Amino acid sequence: MSLIFTRRAIMLGAGAMLTGCDRIARNDMVRDALFNAENFHKWAQRTLMARDALAREFSPDHISPIFRSNGTNNPNTAEYKALWRSGFVDWRLEVTGLVDRPLSLSLAQLRGLPHREQITRHDCVEGWSAIGKWRGVPLKLLLDAARMKDRARYIVFHCADTMGDGHPYYESIDLVDAFHPQSILAFALNDQPLRVANGAPLRLRVERQLGYKHAKYLMKIEAVDNLAGIGSGKGGYWEDRAGYDWYAGI
Amino acid sequence: MPPGQTPTVPSVVIRHTWPVRAWHWFNAVLLYILLTSGLGIFNAHPRLYWGQYGANFDSAWLELERFGPLLTLPARYDLAMSRHWHLTAAPLFAFGLLAYMLWSLVSGHISRDLAFRRGELEARHVWQDIRNHARLRFPTGTAALRYNVLQKASYIAIIFIVLPVIILTGLTMSPGMNAAWPWLLDLFGGRQSARSIHFIAAFALVAFFLIHILMVVLAGPINELRSMITGRYRVPEDRP
Repeated sequence: MSLIFTRRAIMLGAGAMLTGCDRIARNDMVRDALFNAENFHKWAQRTLMARDALAREFSPDHISPIFRSNGTNNPNTAEYKALWRSGFVDWRLEVTGLVDRPLSLSLAQLRGLPHREQITRHDCVEGWSAIGKWRGVPLKLLLDAARMKDRARYIVFHCADTMGDGHPYYESIDLVDAFHPQSILAFALNDQPLRVANGAPLRLRVERQLGYKHAKYLMKIEAVDNLAGIGSGKGGYWEDRAGYDWYAGI
Repeated sequence: MPPGQTPTVPSVVIRHTWPVRAWHWFNAVLLYILLTSGLGIFNAHPRLYWGQYGANFDSAWLELERFGPLLTLPARYDLAMSRHWHLTAAPLFAFGLLAYMLWSLVSGHISRDLAFRRGELEARHVWQDIRNHARLRFPTGTAALRYNVLQKASYIAIIFIVLPVIILTGLTMSPGMNAAWPWLLDLFGGRQSARSIHFIAAFALVAFFLIHILMVVLAGPINELRSMITGRYRVPEDRP
């Protein structure tokens, strides 16, 4: 019997097993188990790390020569284009939801607040990483200024970009990450104002999670007590559309 | 034992204890899921780098075509599903290894079956074992009940080096674990190095698997397979 024939048989066998796996994954119990691994990882990581444990910060010589962008490179909506043309002077960040004092902040006001600067690594769920120097306002500062209510459990980030299917991008994090010292709303990358491809005028940095959590083109921040009413209820655009994990620490 | 007489070997023995057999098949299933879902994840960005960062504009030391649908889980590209499979199987596999290591230590499996014996590591003995493998002369009688030196070396390398490395490099790719255990980044020289080592270790396991299967086939697949399922192993008779 020829080797090629055996190899073919093995490949077909492997293929059949994989089709079997795909079929098993359609079983509700298996599906639940597969989608619940996220909860284990969240629990394990939160148990192993201090609440404010920092993501690695690098020295300037580790910065990627080119910081690649992913997802939307330009929202290209009429509304966004108008904001961009005027240098974002008419853009406002709304801080709403479960807060006692809603805010509406211009870019100039945000730049006037205390900053944090951090050289961190951006990890895409696809596998690549890029290191950049971010400057922005700690999210905690805004949530405190807006007097977030005790009922709030999550912070939702509403974005200007609609993905291919016309649904706006959004993301959400819980309060552990929202009040983390490295969670900032960044308006500068590598000492330059944020470029459109990287989320101008303002994007989230949530350094202990993967790239899709770092919402770009921020328009509104909303404090909520649950995620059910937003989008399809899974807490983010890719979570709703593609079944990505809401907790993206791994 | 009177001089000149060889010890009698029963014709059928229990070769593998139940924890070894259980762990073996548990691993077979999980490693299959981990490899195929891992290739599915790799397909999202089939380039590998050394160092802390690495993306499309940086130079890759390895760039591959996407692995085909016969090799990935799921068959059709679906990064989210591949990750669900991989991240479900990974902790089961890691805790399985930990339990096995503890059991091996406590039960004496390591000192009894895996540790090298006096003289086994002498060049002459190792060379003899290599020659025996090359000539496909498999041990018989009592010798067949012990692992030979090459076997021990590969099991030790897999259990105590390759498997821990693949688990730790997997954790090094996690931004959450980087915050929890920052030493991981220093141990492997960065997230992208860890991703490369994870991939290399996976293919070291594939190589181990292929040689393992070849050895089982050559040594008598029915007898070997049965000894890993029921434990019962028919001892090959001494050559005349």
